[in-house]
Amino acid sequence: MIIGLDVGGTHADIVLLGPEGVRARAKVDTDPDDLGATLLEALDRVLHATEPTAVRRVVLSTTLTTNAVVGAGLSPVGMLVCAGPGVDPALYRTGEHYAVVPGAIDHRGREISPLDLDAVDLCAERFAAAGIRYVGVVGKFSTRNPAHELGIAERIAERFERVFTGHRVSGQLNFPRRIATTHLAASVYPLHRNFYEAIAEALRTRGVSAPVHLLKADGGTLSLAASLDSPAETVLSGPAASVMGAIPVASPEEDVVVLDIGGTTTEIALLSGGSPLLEPLGITIGATRTLIRALLSRSIGVGGDSEVRCVEGKITIGPRRLGAPLARGGPALTPTDALIALGESERGDPQVATAGVAELAAELGCEPAMAARAVIDHACRRIMAAVDGLVDQVNGSHVDTIHELLDGHRIRPARILVLGGPAESLAPHLARRSQLPVELVPDSGVANAIGAAMARPTDALSLIADTEQGWVSCSGSDRQWRCDRSYRREQALEQARALLFERLGPEAGTPELEVVEDLEFNIVRGFSTVGRNIRLTLQVKPGLLEPFTPEHAKVAVC
Amino acid sequence: MLSARHETGLVLFPAFDWAIEATHPEREERLLYTRDQICEEGLLDLEGVREYRPEPVSVADVQRVHFCPSGVETVAGESHRIAAGGALRLARAWHAGDIERGFALVRPPGHHAQRVMHGGRGFCAINNEAIMIEALRQQHDIRRVAIIDTDCHHGDGTQDIYWHDPDVLFISIHQDGRTLYPGTGFMDEQGGPNAVGATVNIPLPPRTSDAGYLEIVRDTVLPILEDFEPELVINSAGQDNHFADPLTDMDFSARGYAELTRLLAPDLAVLEGGYSIESALPYINMGILLAMTGLESDHVVEPYRRPSGGVQPEEITEAVRRIGTRTRAVWAKREQRQAQLHAVSDECAHRTREIYYDTIDAFEHQHEAVRLCRHCGGALRIATRIGDGPQTLAVHVPLYACDDCRRAALRWFELAPDEGFAAAFLQDRPADRYLIR
Ligand SMILES: [Zn+2]
Ligand SMILES: [Zn+2]
Ligand SMILES: [Zn+2]
Repeated sequence: MIIGLDVGGTHADIVLLGPEGVRARAKVDTDPDDLGATLLEALDRVLHATEPTAVRRVVLSTTLTTNAVVGAGLSPVGMLVCAGPGVDPALYRTGEHYAVVPGAIDHRGREISPLDLDAVDLCAERFAAAGIRYVGVVGKFSTRNPAHELGIAERIAERFERVFTGHRVSGQLNFPRRIATTHLAASVYPLHRNFYEAIAEALRTRGVSAPVHLLKADGGTLSLAASLDSPAETVLSGPAASVMGAIPVASPEEDVVVLDIGGTTTEIALLSGGSPLLEPLGITIGATRTLIRALLSRSIGVGGDSEVRCVEGKITIGPRRLGAPLARGGPALTPTDALIALGESERGDPQVATAGVAELAAELGCEPAMAARAVIDHACRRIMAAVDGLVDQVNGSHVDTIHELLDGHRIRPARILVLGGPAESLAPHLARRSQLPVELVPDSGVANAIGAAMARPTDALSLIADTEQGWVSCSGSDRQWRCDRSYRREQALEQARALLFERLGPEAGTPELEVVEDLEFNIVRGFSTVGRNIRLTLQVKPGLLEPFTPEHAKVAVC
Repeated sequence: MLSARHETGLVLFPAFDWAIEATHPEREERLLYTRDQICEEGLLDLEGVREYRPEPVSVADVQRVHFCPSGVETVAGESHRIAAGGALRLARAWHAGDIERGFALVRPPGHHAQRVMHGGRGFCAINNEAIMIEALRQQHDIRRVAIIDTDCHHGDGTQDIYWHDPDVLFISIHQDGRTLYPGTGFMDEQGGPNAVGATVNIPLPPRTSDAGYLEIVRDTVLPILEDFEPELVINSAGQDNHFADPLTDMDFSARGYAELTRLLAPDLAVLEGGYSIESALPYINMGILLAMTGLESDHVVEPYRRPSGGVQPEEITEAVRRIGTRTRAVWAKREQRQAQLHAVSDECAHRTREIYYDTIDAFEHQHEAVRLCRHCGGALRIATRIGDGPQTLAVHVPLYACDDCRRAALRWFELAPDEGFAAAFLQDRPADRYLIR
């Protein structure tokens, strides 16, 4: 048995999956002031269908931390940064408590100016005096050599409740994003810890002792315990659940577009070879660009409840949502009203919808039926244009080699899968607008909960070796070890693989790893080779734990 | 979030799977540390910076500029056509108004590639800038272009291609040819008889520092640019003037490069040489890119000692000043000198040259004739052979050729077999066609 639980700001969804499919599901209201009570209530609604001890996995996804980030309900964080040549690091200030300390590492991980520990002490003192309890420490090129970050962290560890370092966040190069991500991790930490404790407590109370996982923004999972070290990873996992839920109906032989059509927005994602594509660097939350691995997705402000207006004789849709559709007591005309007026959706008062559409038709100077069709057509066109834009962007993204440029894989979608509230009524219209077949994800109400429940653990690891300097280091860990001139890519690959499996833990089994960066260069002095620069990045592709067919989703016993 | 003051397009194509040879300066990791630095600085995330993916240029794009008697494919491989394509991609984005400026960080370089190419020269096979410019001029209403070549080596290839074109101003600032490959680029090389003064060579003495370099740009290059009124300004942005470069002897810094870029304010910059791949390129490229976007670059400082301390010897300051004065004087008299030349002329002007190919260790023998013309760049014919090989005729009709010049050129091409040429090639630019017979 697997429990999938999605805790949103207003309500929480829970499903209990057995080998035969969905065994129980429920929706409860979220009590933001008593998370424990919400969780207990949700658990009680499904645990009647099984013994608590028969549950072997629990996966949660939540938007609570996202809401806190967007709503600025976060604790103050101190940031200690060291930079070196480049853009003025003062420009990356995260808030009031931000200090740049002397010390610099270069692109090959060599120290180019020493760390100033006295300056570190002074800043730490100031932070402590201001009541700061959580600190982020970030160095430029710290993924090449974490020595300065580690030096600072060690120096200040006992003054603060928790210190986060930048090189643990990601193996990717991007100093401003590393600062932003580390800052985010430190600021959501206390909130996340409360969440963690509430979950652990609720499950203990109900006798569930199965391993607990959190869904991440990349559509993979992370063990609850490990999430305390990287709390930012679980921010914004909401969109990932739906995309994961579409995987069972997508053929692994095709490139597929997934459209999650909601009330306010439509989220677009791409599947290739049965796995979702990932953002090249990380997710953007509000205006903040991060290094948090995430599904590649685009959101456009067109949904079932988007406001429809007539501006200078032309239809505009969104990006605002003023409330429910007119036909369901809302304040403004929406695409859903157009569907209701055309008799293609039954959930609402057709007379109200028709009256709303007639008003628009008068402004446009056309027949009401034509106005309704024009609204739907406009919405579909906007969505399809955004799909084309995303595909073009992926196919035009950065490459480093002639081979990738000329022979690299290009995304060519063969099918569009839609889910979400208005999906069923909009699907035929989208199909008319597109050369591709459009299919509905069956029973899309539980698809996302199943997606979360069945998602497998993911992780990525970057290894970099510099045989001239004689060291190897790995992202996401503090480990560095020596190597000699004879160290080769094959050894590096083996070590990286072993480390990644160790980090994933035994529960993940031995999933297939994908090598996403594989570079080896000579280091040349004058005209002779003095060493090698090896760079590897390995990742577990997001995917489902075991085969899960659409039939499983259909057996809904409530 | 930081945003660029100028919308800037970037092509960052390091071609990690291509090298001339394993330890050759033009090798796989040449842009590795530059890419690292640009990625780590997050410059691709800047609001207003857009990255473009290059597309290889076509054979026709190459033939608009070059005669390759042995075929385009034998001279230019995929890497060369992608490098030129990177530059062209940005030029198109610039012309479409999608970006205000563009910087093509591509390799291999191209500024030693001349109009006739029998093989590679000085790490170059085809001229990235010329291919970009000519594609743009052919398809759009752009005529007057200025190229400022700030590579440390003389841009002899670009000079050759635009030698007779009065609508393209070519300025090369480089280390004195008596001390460095290719041994040309002296002040008396000033353009062909129909384009007198449109080629400007500024050879600087070894050890010229930021002060001298920037003074020449401010006091001499910028006024000339202003006089010329180009519609498009290109910077052939070689990075081998840096004090850490292993192949040259100049004393320029990363901040100097940023200031240079700010002064020139090119519409498009294309990387040329620069071989201090760890110590200089990451910082220079960051400086150039920040300057292109209009952001400050005061913190872009090389993290190690500069042997000269950045101080320029007095005698160099004076030598540079003399070069500037002479260059300005020559520029002021260009129209007068062209009129004098045309007053005494007959039908054609001739020049004979021996061109060394370092890659195949052979000499090309060229005899060139250009029709003197007051209305256009003039019909151009080049008789060329490698060593004792067969004579080939290359005929070029300029894009803005007058009717007389075009007729004369077509006739040369027609008569080539009668004159005993083994093969003849025609670049008929007004018709955008390339013929072989
Ligand atoms: Zn050069
Ligand atoms: Zn002659
Ligand atoms: Zn003419």
